Amino acid sequence: MRLLTHNMLSSNIKGVTNGFPLRIEAVKVEEKTVEMNTDFLKNMFVKIDWKVLVEASRTLGYAELPEEGDSSFLESDEFLSRFHHALLELHLEEGALICPETGRRFPVTKGIPNMLLHEDEV
Amino acid sequence: MASHKQLPRTAQIRLVSSHEEVYEPCDDSFALVDALLADRTNLLEHRPKLCMEIGCGSGYVITSLALTLGQEGCVSNYIATDINPHAVKVTSETLKAHGVDAELIVTDIASGLEKRLAGLVDVMVVNPPYVPTPEDEVGAEGITSSWAGGENGRTVIDRILPAADHLLSEKGWLYMVTLTANNPSEICLQMRNKGYASKIIIQRSTEEESLHVIKFWRDFDTEVDDTADQSASGFISYLLAQIPLFSSWRGSNSNN
Repeated sequence: MRLLTHNMLSSNIKGVTNGFPLRIEAVKVEEKTVEMNTDFLKNMFVKIDWKVLVEASRTLGYAELPEEGDSSFLESDEFLSRFHHALLELHLEEGALICPETGRRFPVTKGIPNMLLHEDEV
Repeated sequence: MASHKQLPRTAQIRLVSSHEEVYEPCDDSFALVDALLADRTNLLEHRPKLCMEIGCGSGYVITSLALTLGQEGCVSNYIATDINPHAVKVTSETLKAHGVDAELIVTDIASGLEKRLAGLVDVMVVNPPYVPTPEDEVGAEGITSSWAGGENGRTVIDRILPAADHLLSEKGWLYMVTLTANNPSEICLQMRNKGYASKIIIQRSTEEESLHVIKFWRDFDTEVDDTADQSASGFISYLLAQIPLFSSWRGSNSNN
């Protein structure tokens, strides 16, 4: 699971109002190199919750993102490559996503989060 | 030779992984991929940045989409969901066997993504569970979830459509497989009321079923929210059509 996905996922339990962001419990992290798409990064920048991405990448052991994100940074190749790395190259392979409101754990196995709910949570 | 055009790449059946509880690529999957190939030139021009499949099953469709777009240098991101954990695992194996990537999530339709992924999906592909079945088979565990569609095969489709509308970007396109029993024209009308134009890309009859792959896209000219709006916009266009008449009438009137 990439941090792009983490930035897009919320706890879907019935009744939960503040299901975002899910807290990350990292057991195994992998890095996979992918081609950079500058247009995509520039487009996504406004949609990304920056603080959540900074915190999540730190949890996965990457602390190279600036605390504050500003669209003027998108002119910098250095910034783009860090943003790209945090968003698309870091993978949570094993671990869990924790609902910030209820503490419910959604397991991540082989890089795949399982968001299925129990009957009493739907 | 430099002028030699490569055939579009799709997933190879021998590389598609399988599991007894996962739907294997079948006529409907092939029809959906054929529709994407038929619309390939438009897709490449569309330059989707984010593509999504709801109900990825074996992974045949999302892998084919990633290969076809990737082959022409279109760098996109892919997200695929399925309610069946076995299916998501099989999809991940199929993707890996073809050397392509997608973000995979085990979830019901797009549950958990509604809030933050809204308006970001440029291309969505869906081969829904469309087979008419008793209502209690819908969403059952394992392979049943891949085909059991409830009354008229519409129970899951009718939950997917609002989710698609919510997730699609302004320029978003949806490709969906339907069966004649699902009443595709009624689906198109329903989507029209949400502001979507539609077109049948592929129509295919097999021994057991008649399949359509329909493409939906936002068409701001046809947007009508409900009957009240419809009559209001009808009235406005009636008024607009009268403007030349009004002005000439007023013109002649002031001359008097």
